[in-house]
This record gives sequence, C-alpha cells and structure tokens, in this order.
Amino acid sequence: MELKDKLLSSFLAFEENVDMHTDIHEIRSRAIKDFEEMGFPTKKQEAWKYTSLNKVLKHDYTVFPKKEDTIDYRDVEKYFIDDIDTYKIVFIDGIYASHLSATTHEKIDACLMSSALNSSKYKPIIDNYFNTVAPKESLTSLNTAFSREGAFINIPKNTMADKPIQVINFSTGNESALLVQPRNLIVVGENSHVQIIERHQSLTDHPVLTNSVTEIYADKRAIVDYYKIQNDNHQASLIDNTFIEQHRESNCSVHTFSFGGNLTRNNLNFYQKGERIDSTLKGITVIGEKQHVDHNTLVHHMEPNCESHQDYKGVFAESSTGVFNGKIIVNKEAQKTNAFQANNNILLDDKATINSKPQLEIFADDVKCSHGCTIGQLDDDSLFYLRSRGVPLKEARALLMYAFANNVLESVKIPELKTRITKIIALKLGVNVGYSL
Amino acid sequence: MAYTEDDLKKELDNKEYKYGFYTDIESDTFPVGLNEDIVRAISLKKNEPEWMTNWRLEAFKAWQEMIEPEWANVHYKKPNFQDISYYSAPSKKPKYDSLDEVDPELLDTFKRLGISLDEQKKLAGVAVDVVMDSVSVTTTFKKTLAEKGIIFCSMSEAIQEHPELVKKHLGTVVPQKDNFYAALNSAVFSDGSFCYIPKGVRCPMELSTYFRINQAGTGQFERTLVVADEGSYVSYLEGCTAPSRDENQLHAAVVELIALDDAEIKYSTVQNWYPGNKEGKGGVYNFVTKRGICEKNAKISWTQVETGSAVTWKYPSCILKGDNSVGEFYSIAVTNNFQQADTGTKMIHIGKNTKSTIISKGISAGVSQNSYRGLVQINSKAENARNFSQCDSLLMGDKCGAHTFPYIEAKNKTARVEHEATTSKIGEDQIFYCNQRGIDTEKAIALIVNGFSKEVLNKLPMEFAVEAQKLLEISLEGSVG
Repeated sequence: MELKDKLLSSFLAFEENVDMHTDIHEIRSRAIKDFEEMGFPTKKQEAWKYTSLNKVLKHDYTVFPKKEDTIDYRDVEKYFIDDIDTYKIVFIDGIYASHLSATTHEKIDACLMSSALNSSKYKPIIDNYFNTVAPKESLTSLNTAFSREGAFINIPKNTMADKPIQVINFSTGNESALLVQPRNLIVVGENSHVQIIERHQSLTDHPVLTNSVTEIYADKRAIVDYYKIQNDNHQASLIDNTFIEQHRESNCSVHTFSFGGNLTRNNLNFYQKGERIDSTLKGITVIGEKQHVDHNTLVHHMEPNCESHQDYKGVFAESSTGVFNGKIIVNKEAQKTNAFQANNNILLDDKATINSKPQLEIFADDVKCSHGCTIGQLDDDSLFYLRSRGVPLKEARALLMYAFANNVLESVKIPELKTRITKIIALKLGVNVGYSL
Repeated sequence: MAYTEDDLKKELDNKEYKYGFYTDIESDTFPVGLNEDIVRAISLKKNEPEWMTNWRLEAFKAWQEMIEPEWANVHYKKPNFQDISYYSAPSKKPKYDSLDEVDPELLDTFKRLGISLDEQKKLAGVAVDVVMDSVSVTTTFKKTLAEKGIIFCSMSEAIQEHPELVKKHLGTVVPQKDNFYAALNSAVFSDGSFCYIPKGVRCPMELSTYFRINQAGTGQFERTLVVADEGSYVSYLEGCTAPSRDENQLHAAVVELIALDDAEIKYSTVQNWYPGNKEGKGGVYNFVTKRGICEKNAKISWTQVETGSAVTWKYPSCILKGDNSVGEFYSIAVTNNFQQADTGTKMIHIGKNTKSTIISKGISAGVSQNSYRGLVQINSKAENARNFSQCDSLLMGDKCGAHTFPYIEAKNKTARVEHEATTSKIGEDQIFYCNQRGIDTEKAIALIVNGFSKEVLNKLPMEFAVEAQKLLEISLEGSVG
C-alpha cells in the first residue's frame, strides 16, 4: 500500500486513539483533507526540484509506535549537552520519556504538547497560536493531522528562561520502519528570552522518517535562539519544518548544524510582522557518503526597517549532495530593509554535488539586499603554507575547513554547545586538531 | 520652480513610443490559424526542398503535444495561436542591385527609424541584411563578404543555395523539440539570417540585421543560424524596433550559434520592440530561444540591451562543450510602465577548463517587473571550470519589482563558482551631488544609469553602443529616482 493511502486510513484509528477537545479535532480533519489533496511533494515542484522523497517514502512505516522505556540514561547520555544545567524534554518514538526529562512549570512552561492540548489552562495559548504560523503545505498538513505530542514551551511576558531547554527526539523503531511526527509550539512573550537546543537521534538500524513541525511565535522585543543539531545515522531521514513569526523589535536566530542522516530537509521560514526585526539564519553542513542535506529558507520582509542575515556553509565529500534554496521576499511596504544572504560551499570529491538557488524577490526600492554564492575548493597556497610548517595534510585541511565554518560557529551563544559542535566536526573530519575554535 | 517627482511622473506618463508608425506595403498574408497545411504551404511558398518540409512537420507534430511554459515570472494573456497569420511577406520582392530601386516608402521607414542604409554603408561599414516582415529585402556588402568566402544571406536563400550547410547545422543547438516556442518557430519560421565564416577567416565587418514587425496581427518567427568554422571570428549585431500596435504581437525567434574549434562569435542585440503604452495595453511578446555551442578553445559572447517588449522571455545560453571554451553574457534589461522581463542565461560547462562570465544589470521603473533567471551548471567531467556571475538591480520608484532566480549546480570538485547579486536604488546623495553641480535630476539619473550599465555598454561594438545609450535614455527618461 502506498504510504499516502496508509496514512489516510490510519488517520481514523489515530483520531479514536486521541480524543481531544473539538477545536483541535477540526484542525486535524481539515489538515488531513489538505494533505489528501496535495499529496507528498514531488520533484516537479520548484521547491523540491533538487530533493526527491521517493526513496524515503518507499518504506512501510508504522505510525503507531509502541511505548519504549527500556532505554537508560547512560545509553544515551552522549546525545545530551550535559555539561550545563538545562531543562530537558525527551521523547522516544514520539512518546514522552519522563525518566529522561526535566520539565518545568515554574515561571516558564517547558512541557508537553499533549498536556497543553488537554489542559484548559493552556487553551487560550493553543487557540491563539497552534497552527497559526505554519502555512498550508502538504508535509506540514500531514504533521498537523497527526499532531499529538511534542514540546510546548511558553515563556510569559518579561521573563528570561533561567537555563537553556533541550528538546531531544530519540527513535528506536525496534520492530520496523517508523514515522514520527513531533509537533512543537514555542511562544515567547514580550521582552522575554529563551535558548533552545533541538536534536533528533535514531538508535536503530531501521529506517526512520521524522516529519517535524515547529512553530515559534516571538512577541515584541523577544529574543529567541534556536539551535538544531542533526547528526543522525544513515537510516534516519528528517524533514524539519520550522516557522517563525516575529513581531516588533524581536530578534530570532536559528542555527542548523547538519552532519548526518540519510536525507535531511530543512524548511525554515521567517515571517517578519513588525518593524525593526532582526532575523538570523545560519548553518554548517559537513556530510559525506550518499547523504543529502537540503536547506530551504524563506525570509519574508513585510514591514519597514528590518534586517535579515543568512549564512550557510557547506562541506561536501564523497557522493553527498547539498542543496541550498534561499528566498528573500521584500514587500512593497518593507522600505529600508537590509537583507543579506551568503552560501559558501566546498566540494571535496568528484561525485559530490551542490545545487544552490539563492533568490531575491524585491518589490520595494529603498532597500539593501544582496546575496552571494560560491563554490570552490580549499586554497592550495594556504594548504602549502600549513604543510611547510609541519602540519600534516589531513590536519591542515581540517584546520582550513574550521576557518571556513568559523563565522557561523562564532555566533553560537552557548559556549558548551560551541565546544560540542567543534568536537562533532573534528570527529566528522577524522582529526584532532587540538584547537577549539 | 523646482522639478518635482510629480513632474517627472507626468513626463513619464506622456512618453509615447518614439518609433510608433506603420508602413503600408502590400502584403502577401496567409489566413490566420495553424495546421499542417499551413506549415506545408509556408514551405511550398518558399520553394523548400523536401527534407526541410519534413523537418518543419516534425517540429509541428512535436509542438502540438507541448504546452506553453508557465514557470517564468511573467503574467500575460496567452496568445491564441490560431489567431495569428503565420506568413506575411512584402509582395514586391525583386532583388535590388542598388538602393535606388528599393521601394521609396520602405526607405522612408528606415529613415524615420534612423537607420539610413546608405549612411550606414558609408559611415559604419556595416553590412545590413534588412528583414522586414520576414523576407529579406536587401543585402549590402555581399560582394566584399563573398571575396572572403563568407556566406551572409537570408535563411531561405541559404536553404536554396547552401542546403548542405543548413542541413548539417540547423537544429543542432536548439532542437525542434527544445521548448514550446522553439518548436513553433521550427515549424513556421518564415525567414531569418544565415551566416557562415570559413576556416581561419576573420570577418572584416560587423554583420547586422534589423528586424521589424510591421504587419498587424502577424507573428514574426525569425530563425538565425551563425556558423563560425575553425579559427574564424565574427561579430554579429541584431537590433529591432517595432511600430505601435494595439493587439499583442508575438515574436518567437530562434538563434543558433555554432563556434567550432578556436572560433569566436560575438552576438550583440539591441531590442526595442513596442513595449505597450503607459496603461500596459499592447506591446510585443518576445519569447526567444538563443543558444550557442562552443567547441575546443572557442568563445561565444552574448551582449544584449533589452528595453522594449511588453513581455520578454529570453535566455541566451552557452554550451561549453569543448575544452578551454569560454562563454560570456552581458545584459542590460530595462523595464518601465507595465513591462515584464524574465531574462538571463544558461552556462553549461561540459569541457575541461571552461570559463564563463555573467554580468546582468536590471533596471526597473514604473510598475514593471524585472527578473534575472540564470543557470550555471558544472558537469562532473568539467575539470577546473570557472564561473563568475554578477547580477545588479536598480529600482526606481516603489511600485516596481526586481527579482533574482539563479540556479547553481556543481558536480565537480575543482569547480569554482561565484555568484553575487545586489539590489539598490539611486541614492539621494548621488542625485544631490549632481544637482549641486548644475546637472538637473533627469540628466543625473541618465548619468547614473549609464554608469551602472557601463560594464555592459562597453562590450557593445562602437556602432551599437551609441544607439544603445540612446535607447536607455529614451526608455528611462522621466523615471522617478
């Protein structure tokens, strides 16, 4: 049976399973209809020109995972950023794992989507924000239809989250291929600040497909720092849809670190609905083998005096494929916009491929917009310089790649996270350069 | 009284198409509509050999199964292809020996266009193959060219006299089934220019063709083929102006360039078809397929100045097949009022050490939309391929739009690709600086636009640069800064 049909028929069973209050039920039913109409995206669609889901969708995914609680903290310790104190919201196969988590309701709410959906206390927030930022797209609708669990983070007005929040999704799929669809909602009130680290990790050799949707709502003057670590095994595919609505003078940044996984697709959309907003989108991609990473970004400038900064660096080895599809739209009203976009790539092997499509759509005249894209290699002179000073080839190359990626790393605001990313890159390059940049 | 933005706007609104007039020459026009018989009839009319008729029919069959592309960032009312007459030729078409014999009405037309033939012959040393409604009327300097072995004639003449060359090269760069408009062109093309430069010959003069659309409701389907044999060089100019018309006119041309080993082709275009009036009514639809192929060490350079047409859909491309070949694309696209342009280039790197440069300048004013759409593709065998792309957009007024859609695909680790794009407006400080020195705002804008476009204007042959500069000024006069 085709995956689409299977999903459509599973929906009824799913609905019976999770009987929740009616508004959500309506949203779900509408979403499944939208998905039925649109189906999975194909390469014929411009946004999916360079990424085919065919291989990923071939598997017979199960949508009803069993509860798995045999996993011990020690087994998965390495996937946590454990050298700092954080709140943790952990899921195994899409089901909340209380023994690994540390949630809170003091001052801020860092808890579960399921409890937020069921509790009358959070009803106003759910009514106001749930499924309001995400647009009607096929994969987003699919997620909405099956939305039941995920992280729910609510930072009230004038509050600074006292520690970063980690959202970690483990998948085991012990018996068969598994489709998980986490749904996160993050609402950050006026003048509030939060840092969030998100990670998806597969612990099995079974194919796992994650279709995740995160909605972030940043109210006036809010500051949101979001970090995504994608370093999964070769059977795991991830479609990450993140939608951010920003209001007056808010400041949001999303850093995406893609080091692994079979197919990774990041749909990252920023909607600027106020003046003097700052948006930052940065990413480092280091992949090899037959991996495929696709960054699809959109920054929509709707109001005057806003800024956006995009900086994506990629290093592609072996038969890997990198896609960058960045779009900046500047509305007629959005005068004095400053929008920058850079995409720099290094190809290491003959079979590696890069497809880059930086787009500008500008309807306002008093703007400063630019984009740049480069594809190149490590500089031979620089390599020679290092080698003539006794640095072996492998290390010299790694050092240059660090330098290449450094201005993205530099803007990571959590030092422990920066160290962790540096270590992952070193591991990925198979060297120990002994520097922490 | 100070010159205000409103004054500028008023002037802009009143700007009418300078070259809008209509010449009444008795035309031999086919009934409207398109079917197999019409294709056969065109072929018969032109007295074409059988292989050519079959070639056209093949294209027509393919075209019937194709659908009009919709991916471009332009919006327009689709032309009804059964509402167009596919053949129109001035009925008096004797071969002239001198200009005196040419229909005086036609000569007058050219005078009003500012392209007096005799003047150009003398002053510019340009051989002009004038295409007026599809059939070549006069060819000059043919003898000089013939001495060098250069063939420069109309396409229909080439089919008669050099069938082996046409047969060998026609459709090799833009196949009949390439795209919707190329297929249509292949089926019904009425005429065009053919040029062959023999081995090792450097063409002593700029070759030039003036295209005009002149017959109401006549689509014009030009077919140009330029073949530069090993080690040769040619510079080809193409320029167009069209009379004012109310209904939309369709122009679907195909240009094929073939640069064999060590050859170089420079192809320059100044396009000034009727852009429609200030309400966006009328205007020419310009759907053109232009492509060149480079063999070893060859070079193709496209230069275009696009100021006219209501809708432009044009991507002059280079296939860099041979090692060390070079492709260049220099473009200025100006849109004003309701014009829409979706233009750019494709650079396909196949050979080793291939190089390409793209410089695109877009200027949009009024309520126009100007898009750059380009592809740079580095194939896996293209070692040490190098590309540099630069797309700059200038916006005038807050109702227009500038868009950039670059596609960059690299499959080789030695590839070096750079792309950069900027969007900006004319700075108030720049205008102030000029005003301060006694240059009025309008002149200042012309000056700044000229500077903005300099990189591309510089690439045009001398004769054309002047005309291009004039065109830029005409199409932007009165635009608000």
